[in-house]
Amino acid sequence: MEVHRRLDRELDSLRDRVLLLGGETETALQRAMYALIERDSATAREVLEGDDEIDRLEVEIDRLCVDMLALRQPAARDLRFVVSVAKITPILERIADHACNIARVAIDLNDEPQLKPYVDLPRMAEQASHMLRAALDAFTSGDAKTARAVIDRDDEVDDLYNHIFSDLIEMMVSDPTTTTRAARLLFVAKHIERIGDYVTDICELTVYMTEAAFIKHSN
Amino acid sequence: MPAMSTSTPITAAPTPAVPEPRSNNERQTVQRVAPTKISVQNENFFYGRTQALYDISLNIPERIVMAFIGPSGCGKSTFLRTLNRMNDIIPGTRVEGQVLIDERNIYAPGTDVVDLRRRVGMVFQKSNPFPKSIYDNVAYGLRINRLAANRSELNERVEQALKDAVLWSEVKDRLKQSALGLSGGQQQRLCIARALAVRPEVLLMDEPASALDPIATQKIEELIVELKKQYTIVIVTHNMQQAARVSDQTAFFWLGKLIEINPTERMFTNPNEKLTEDYITGRFG
Repeated sequence: MEVHRRLDRELDSLRDRVLLLGGETETALQRAMYALIERDSATAREVLEGDDEIDRLEVEIDRLCVDMLALRQPAARDLRFVVSVAKITPILERIADHACNIARVAIDLNDEPQLKPYVDLPRMAEQASHMLRAALDAFTSGDAKTARAVIDRDDEVDDLYNHIFSDLIEMMVSDPTTTTRAARLLFVAKHIERIGDYVTDICELTVYMTEAAFIKHSN
Repeated sequence: MPAMSTSTPITAAPTPAVPEPRSNNERQTVQRVAPTKISVQNENFFYGRTQALYDISLNIPERIVMAFIGPSGCGKSTFLRTLNRMNDIIPGTRVEGQVLIDERNIYAPGTDVVDLRRRVGMVFQKSNPFPKSIYDNVAYGLRINRLAANRSELNERVEQALKDAVLWSEVKDRLKQSALGLSGGQQQRLCIARALAVRPEVLLMDEPASALDPIATQKIEELIVELKKQYTIVIVTHNMQQAARVSDQTAFFWLGKLIEINPTERMFTNPNEKLTEDYITGRFG
């Protein structure tokens, strides 16, 4: 029985580490957007510095997953949990990389006059951030229904991206002097759009973990 | 002597409250797997007045490895032994229901039990070579069943059985030496060779590797996978990783009932029953 309790403790510990990584990633995204919108290069640099900790957590979780598979040989729901964690971890790390890229754009843009007031970009980032938080909650509570609902919300992020894309292209065409700054903002929008896709991947893994159903590519 | 079978299923005595087993029949039909080799229908088994198995029904297709798992005392070994009537030798035992091998009820009156056990061989947890030479151990069943016409044929079949058990290269130069001088793993493979020599159709294995080290266990497992090309294999194991490694289908027993039977990959990733999941994830038992 002691071995079983130890297994449960290790699974809980793994879950805690993923939550920690998810929290750090979410914070990185929010702070990168803050740095962009508030033109705060110091915050942007803090985001970049914080990425090392996220990378360290990713490696730590990777090791924990390998140890679990080798030493505990989990089966059924435990196996699905460990496999899902092993796949979700690099996704979170990639989301944090996108946050860093946004922070780098913020540093570059802060050296130049602001192109326009930001309206849709903060909305898009907020939407992606909410999706990320809901996806992590669904993962930790094993809530496939919420995970599916989060997947549906990615369409809203895509719509915002398309809207921002059109706006910025129009701006570049009408005033070529804006091209460099508009292109950088376009990158930011693309980073957020990719984050929405990654959150969708996390939700698909949550459905797999909970229901053993493969919904990836089902559309 | 145990009672002969009844063709009509008999309602079991009050049983533990467990879910009904999920049948594998539907999947077998859909996937067009091999024809059914063993079909058990509504089997109950009693040690005296104690009921050990409750209304077991399952099909085992030809030339697959079927693993039985479950906690100690769940009835998996008892059930295994009913497949070649090994329980007959235990006084006071009784079987109800039917065990069909190639559609013939092995508990029907007039069944030749010696021939049945030739067709349905058995390998036990503890290797049990006779205190004879390696050669004589393998030749034993051939001799008492008069299955070899002459010395030359006997030699050929002993060699083939040892080759099938992947033991030939290790013992070919010392066939006349005592089998008791072999290592534990070699003794177990010798017992498998002995069972194979009489050319059975089904091989029952009751925890065949539980007393062996990892290397010997690996050899037995590789042998099992190889043997299923020719034989239908039913294995009882406490080692769930072993069941996952070698079997095509897995059946989970609990308190004398068959709880679930499913393709092995499904059983170990997404079993139907919570009871199965709790067992294979180590949350009870």
